[in-house]
Amino acid sequence: MQNGPPPGSQAPPRPAVSQPYNQGAVNLSGPPQPYPQQYGAPPPMQQVTNQMTGMQISTGPPTAAGPGYAPPHSSQPPTSAAYSIAPHPAYTQGPPPASMAPSQPPPPRDPAPPQPYYGGPPPPQHPASSASAAPLPPPPSSHQSFPPTSYPGPQAPLPAGPQAPLPPGPQAQPPYAQGPPPPGSQPHYAPAPPHAHGSYPAARGPPPPSQPGPYPPAGPPPTSAPPGHYQGTMPPQPPAGQPATYHSGPPPPRAQMPPSSMAQTNHLPPGPQGPPGPLGPPGPLQQPPPQPGMQGGYPPQQNGAFGQVRGPQPGYPGPYPGQQNYGPQAPAPAAQAQKRLDPDAIPSPIQVIEDDRVKTTEPFTTGVRGQAPPLVTSNFHVKDQGNASPRFVRCTAYNMPCTADMAKQSQVPLAAVIKPLATLPPDETPPYLVDHGEAGPIRCNRCKAYMCPYMQFIEGGRRFQCGFCSCVSDVPPHYFQHLDHTGKRVDCYDRPELSLGSYEFLATVDYCKNNKLPQPPAFIFLIDVSYNAVKSGMVNIVCQELKTLLDHLPRENPEMDSVVRVGFVTYNKVLHFYNVKASLAQPQMLVVSDVADMFVPLLDGFLVNVKESRMVIDSLLDQIPEMFADTRETETVFGPVIQAGLEALKAADCAGKLFVFHTSLPIAEAPGKLKNREDKKLIGTDKEKSLFQPQVGFYSTLAKDCVAQGCCVDLFLFPNQYVDVATLGVVPVSTGGSVYKYTYFQAQSDRERFLNDLRRNVEKPMGFDAVLRVRTSTGIRATDFFGSFFMSNTTDVELAGLDCDKTVTVEFRHDDKLSEETGALMQCAVLYTSCSGQRRLRVHNMAVNCCSQLADLYRNCETDTIINFFSKYAFRSVLTSPTKTVREGLVNQCAAILACYRKNCASPSSAGQLILPECMKLLPVYLNCVLKSDVLLPAADVSLDDRAYLRQLLSGMDVSESHVFFYPRLLPLMKLEGDSLPLAVRDSEERLSKGGAYLLETGLHLFLWVGANAQQELLLNIFGTPSFGQIDPNLTSLPVLDNPFSKRLREIVDAFRAQRSRYMKLIVVKQEDKAELIFRHFLVEDKNASGGASYVDFLCHMHKEIRQLLS
Amino acid sequence: MATFPEFISQNEERDGVRFSWNVWPSSRLEATRMVVPLAALLTPLRERPDLPPIQYEPVLCSRATCRAVLNPLCQVDYRAKLWACNFCYQRNQFPPTYTGISEVNQPAELLPQFSTIEYVVQRGPQMPLIFLYVVDTCMEDEDLQALKESLQMSLSLLPPTALVGLITFGRMVQVHELGCEGISKSYVFRGTKDLSAKQLQEMLGLTKPSAAQGARGQQAPQPPLSNRFLQPVQKIDMNLTDLLGELQRDPWPVTQGKRPLRSLGVAMSIAVGLLECTFPNTGARIMTFIGGPATQGPGMVVGDELKTPIRSWHDIEKDNAKYMKKSTKHYEALASRASANGHIMDIYACALDQTGLLEMKCCPNHTGGYMVMADSFNTSLFKQTFQRVFAKDEQGTFKMAFAATLEIKEIGTGGTCQWKMCGLDPSTTLALYLEVVNQHNAPIPQGGRGALQFVTQYQHSSGQRRIRVTTTARNWADAQTQIQSIAASFDQEAAAILMARLAVQRAESEEGPDVLRWLDRQLIRLCQKFGDYHKDDPNSFRFSETFSLYPQFMFHLRRSPFLQVFNNSPDESSYYRHQFVRHDLTQALIMVQPVLYAYSFNGPPEPVLLDSSSILPDRILLMDTFFQILIYHGEMVAQWRKAGYQEMTEYENFRHLLQAPVDDAQELLHTRFPMPRYIDTEHGGSQARFLLSKVNPSQTHNNMYNWGQESGAPILTDDVSLQVFMDHLKKLAVSSAA
Repeated sequence: MQNGPPPGSQAPPRPAVSQPYNQGAVNLSGPPQPYPQQYGAPPPMQQVTNQMTGMQISTGPPTAAGPGYAPPHSSQPPTSAAYSIAPHPAYTQGPPPASMAPSQPPPPRDPAPPQPYYGGPPPPQHPASSASAAPLPPPPSSHQSFPPTSYPGPQAPLPAGPQAPLPPGPQAQPPYAQGPPPPGSQPHYAPAPPHAHGSYPAARGPPPPSQPGPYPPAGPPPTSAPPGHYQGTMPPQPPAGQPATYHSGPPPPRAQMPPSSMAQTNHLPPGPQGPPGPLGPPGPLQQPPPQPGMQGGYPPQQNGAFGQVRGPQPGYPGPYPGQQNYGPQAPAPAAQAQKRLDPDAIPSPIQVIEDDRVKTTEPFTTGVRGQAPPLVTSNFHVKDQGNASPRFVRCTAYNMPCTADMAKQSQVPLAAVIKPLATLPPDETPPYLVDHGEAGPIRCNRCKAYMCPYMQFIEGGRRFQCGFCSCVSDVPPHYFQHLDHTGKRVDCYDRPELSLGSYEFLATVDYCKNNKLPQPPAFIFLIDVSYNAVKSGMVNIVCQELKTLLDHLPRENPEMDSVVRVGFVTYNKVLHFYNVKASLAQPQMLVVSDVADMFVPLLDGFLVNVKESRMVIDSLLDQIPEMFADTRETETVFGPVIQAGLEALKAADCAGKLFVFHTSLPIAEAPGKLKNREDKKLIGTDKEKSLFQPQVGFYSTLAKDCVAQGCCVDLFLFPNQYVDVATLGVVPVSTGGSVYKYTYFQAQSDRERFLNDLRRNVEKPMGFDAVLRVRTSTGIRATDFFGSFFMSNTTDVELAGLDCDKTVTVEFRHDDKLSEETGALMQCAVLYTSCSGQRRLRVHNMAVNCCSQLADLYRNCETDTIINFFSKYAFRSVLTSPTKTVREGLVNQCAAILACYRKNCASPSSAGQLILPECMKLLPVYLNCVLKSDVLLPAADVSLDDRAYLRQLLSGMDVSESHVFFYPRLLPLMKLEGDSLPLAVRDSEERLSKGGAYLLETGLHLFLWVGANAQQELLLNIFGTPSFGQIDPNLTSLPVLDNPFSKRLREIVDAFRAQRSRYMKLIVVKQEDKAELIFRHFLVEDKNASGGASYVDFLCHMHKEIRQLLS
Repeated sequence: MATFPEFISQNEERDGVRFSWNVWPSSRLEATRMVVPLAALLTPLRERPDLPPIQYEPVLCSRATCRAVLNPLCQVDYRAKLWACNFCYQRNQFPPTYTGISEVNQPAELLPQFSTIEYVVQRGPQMPLIFLYVVDTCMEDEDLQALKESLQMSLSLLPPTALVGLITFGRMVQVHELGCEGISKSYVFRGTKDLSAKQLQEMLGLTKPSAAQGARGQQAPQPPLSNRFLQPVQKIDMNLTDLLGELQRDPWPVTQGKRPLRSLGVAMSIAVGLLECTFPNTGARIMTFIGGPATQGPGMVVGDELKTPIRSWHDIEKDNAKYMKKSTKHYEALASRASANGHIMDIYACALDQTGLLEMKCCPNHTGGYMVMADSFNTSLFKQTFQRVFAKDEQGTFKMAFAATLEIKEIGTGGTCQWKMCGLDPSTTLALYLEVVNQHNAPIPQGGRGALQFVTQYQHSSGQRRIRVTTTARNWADAQTQIQSIAASFDQEAAAILMARLAVQRAESEEGPDVLRWLDRQLIRLCQKFGDYHKDDPNSFRFSETFSLYPQFMFHLRRSPFLQVFNNSPDESSYYRHQFVRHDLTQALIMVQPVLYAYSFNGPPEPVLLDSSSILPDRILLMDTFFQILIYHGEMVAQWRKAGYQEMTEYENFRHLLQAPVDDAQELLHTRFPMPRYIDTEHGGSQARFLLSKVNPSQTHNNMYNWGQESGAPILTDDVSLQVFMDHLKKLAVSSAA
């Protein structure tokens, strides 16, 4: 058992791993061959996305590069060139845009091939898959299923399109470009485009109409070549077969987005109607829109709508200020569609997610060492076979470099994101509780690692050798067991600690504070009752809610009453404690005005059992809002509030959690008094970092005291102005607590969100007074920790509270060489007090492989986890460095990672080619999201508090939360059928159809975007009103309508909410409404108002950086 | 003229004044040679049911430095409508309201029988009475329950308009807001931190928004009549009753071997501060109920470690009472703050061990408050004493006065002396030591009279402001020529008490033996001065009747707990001394020399000598030491009682005999404040020690065989007996060496 698993695992894992990929490969095009051909051996894992050829990037080179692709791209290169110009405005980098262009080119080519099969339309995106022409056929089927609309669309439309468009056909572009076809687009760009056009496109300038033409011809053939690269990358996607769906997705958006659509159209035309090509464009233009609509099966309406759409389209740029950004681009691309890097051609998160989802059908078994788990976005079942479930531990790399040098060279962070108390789905067994008796858990004598599957029993079972430090310890007599012929203990499978990756030990008194078994924890509710708190309705809501909430305090046995005791405090400038002892007829209020020197005025009757004191508590909660209804006190204190809770827990000699409901900057005279220091002028300067640091040292000291007592603080903020989250959050963040912020809280609209957060927070399983320690096998060492906790030394992570949603991210560094044979082991042990007052140890074990080839590392990475780590690292760095430096650091590291890959693992290819490791192909897009986040690149309207809030929030996020936080999920709602969710679309305005509605989820926000031309039926189904104008933008919940669509939509919304640790308030965003600005902020693939690059632009930038590193 | 004793008692009846000398030596030098100083015992509020308060204000001498009140000793010129001040000789016009004055139409204050007269001040608002309860919650549930009941009961005794407040304390101090609906509200303070009145005011939210105008508004006739913490009884009666009912024992855990943490010092400080910032210069009573010593914060008298006992006299002598000085200072500061604002501080200490009265004594002492000491709140001693605090006179007003000040106008000094007592009750008696300032070479004209005027201003419990004026005069006499008449005017009872008070005062600051030596010396000197003897012949010594009892008083005083600390804790000493210096002469005499009555079949009850010879087997003795009422059954009586004779009809007389002292004791118990400890014991009983320690040990184990077996009970003591004492005294008095 002990050592068995690891070694054994090694062998199997690889094959296993590779297999899935192979399959994918197979799907792609024939068997693995494609890979080998392209990359040689490694390929299976590494999928290189070669979006653009360097040639394109460097206008000059393009030609050079062109050679490689030249023939095919030849036409494109120029495009890119042309492009570059366009992009400039945004990026100022010629090259990037260029790169973008290339991406587009491929598609066209690909499309071409597929088109023949299908009809053209879908293929556009398939470019990648196009290579796997053979496989493509299958996809088509899928295409049909998903994109049927698109197909029919294209087909039917094609004719239709042409027809209608025909006339416009030639003018098809004009519509976009408005007046002058090609130039029309340029106008938007103003001078730039023209130039571009002038230079490169000049040739094309004229061709615009011909564009279609050029593509088809050039595209297809050359495409094949580049596609090859793509296929490398893309293949995996196709295997999913969903690519089809996936693709289908894109088309619609394109429809909306002139530019993209153009691209498509371009592709489309080429394929299907070589000749009609010219017409094609127009067709697609019109069609695309229909497609989205069509999907729903509302072609007629759509048509109608579209007809109108056209009208608006021209106006598009106008109405949407934001769009102008896009608009211009769009037109540009439109004009020079081909020149631009096709967003569809660059690695698509949606595609990757979907591929993984489809691929993941088998339960994930953890017995195989070094095997990367499915993505966080996939649903899967985990079988614990000796390593911790990915729900508990996710690593950035499942194959660690053997040496520090390798690690340094690759720059890939080695880290694990640990969620020790994660909730498991109902069909997975929670960790077993093991009791080793009075002597406590059996541990290695030297390193104190806990008994686990990595312990090797020797000498007939009398001793065991530690897998971490190799020290040999005696087996205590009561634990002795004979070994079987393989050297495994006979009882191996009867003992969780010998066969599982995660389990719990019952801790003995030695593991308790003061060598005394702990008391059950207590919850203390501290409610601000100053003027603002009362006026906003917060006080009333909290009090009302607590009455029911108190019945849901955490408990381990649902049959039993919770043993958690509760206490209540209200405060403004002074604190009011309440005696709610069961024997009292009425609660008693004890006012403490001496806030300078906080103390708890009562002991008995402050912390009570809910059931016993029910009457008194209810009476209290009824009276609190009344008592303070007429308060005129506006000043508050904060430090003493936490001190009070802390003192109360001290007095009761227990751990616990404080729920602080607070409204304003604590300016009243008291310890921890703050002043308003929000200064927008500092943003972007070297002093900006000070704004993230606490204003006074008081809270850090206080936090330390809290941790020592096991006092976890959760802070609910209801600010109307600056409250200095950076300072107020110090204690929550250091004690394993959470901060919730409800800016401009209004009872009516924010009630649901707040209450759900509160409920969830109160009810969620958690541990108290926890200490987390990560032990590793020789060769690596945990060096850095991220999360909401406190560390008084370098190894022990102290968490006053640890709930099921909190994660601790651990970074590892080499301190010696690792061996491929034994791999690297880590054991995360969390000592905590359960909500019933039991002291326990939860142990998670994780073994990963070690490699001497960098390729192995790149093949076993997890980008989502890397991003989680990077973001945490970066968000912490803003405390000490200017954000600009932090951003640059991130870009540099990513560039280094990718460059290293390119240099060491990728098959030789043109320097101008961007080649990404398959496992990391989304790294650029996600990284861009991190760079654009409000913390690192704030928009003008983002307050300092918001940034501090997000910064703190992120530190405790697990991978799935950080994933959706940075790359929101955007679901089209045109068609909701069956139990499966509609396929998400990429976070870009281009993907939105005016005729549709979309749900966007970030883990914190939930938007329902409604297109201005949304069909009546859709509106009726969702809102019960046929008119766009009648939709109430202030809706916070969907009306309950008796139709399957509404029902399903609400189910989806509920499911989304259930999935996240914080309740997402639904915000209805009507197209062209003011709120759209906010919404657009989350379309992270687009350029944003504060200077964040679009995905395409950023990718180009990355490419440039990589090239620089390589040269 | 009647005899001096008659004169004295008459004066006392009328004016509540007794002088040590009723004829005054006319010069300073002579006065100092009298040994016993010229001094007065004044009972300012002596009950005078026959004295109707006068509904107008006194007429004052117009001289700014005098301001004496018009009195019967003034010379009045009815025609000119002028009166001459008998203190400064200033001639004053009568005020316009006196235009009708004439020999036959005299205002009351000019009638000789109104040498003591009480005016009601008509100006100013009627101030409410304020009672602030400060309640310790660190006590056994039984005690607390009893205390709660007493407090609840007391509410019903308060006038409906009186303001009450409640502060409770244990480890923390809680100031209760009264009249809250639903939730009872209190402000809590740490018991370890003292707060100034200003801080307190802020923390209690008592700063008026109009604080800025407050400065000007000080003259505003309408001070706030109540606030959240002090409200009229009628309004919050129920609320407060409930509040008291819900009072819980201090919930903070007390670990083994520790005392509960009791923040007495801060609690009292907060009480003083609360009144200071809300009702300055208004009559108020802070009634503090404590069940143990302060163990933390300012004013702590002992640590919370049980293994360290509270300071004893022994520790104090060894300078081993580490908290005492600091603590005393704290309470002294409080006392002076309270008295500056006219607030009374009472202490009701009920505990088996000491509670720190020694440190806190200044609070009641300086503010005219009560100090009550008992073993438990659950004793009738406390309960009835407390009830008696609220005793009412026939008019239904409390027999207590607030915010009192006393002024004395005296001829010869011309100065004004003022004292602030804050609290007065009808038996409060002050000892005033006067100084004759007249120089020896400027004799006062023969036949001249010295006049004294006592002006006591106080807030009557009805809320009225009243002024009681007592004017009295005594003859001057030249000590050299008229020593006989001066000696004849000696009031030995008053003198004994006045000397005793001086001694007690000394005892507070000096070592016990020094005080005794001083007292002995004074006695010897007095004997030398006024005794009749031949030098060096003790047997020739004679004392005149007016001095005859004086040495005996001194003998008992020397043995009394006021000067002896042996067998008394510092708290007890403080308590005894406190009572001694505030009670009237009669009571004080009982304290010095307990009264012993004998009951037997031989005749009616009779007072007997406080002597061991009075302890006979067939007697029942009733001893009243003021602090104790003790019934002692002689050996035989005890046996009879044990045999149950009293139950038999044929021995009904025995039952009556047993009952007689009990009835008498009850009577005493009911009139006494604070209520004495009632002890019923018998020959050989352990509590008989109280009796044995008081009687004159004329028979001891040393000399018992010199006396008849049956003549009394021997006392096992080495103390000298009165006889020995007297012998020594005579010897020393006549000794030429002295």
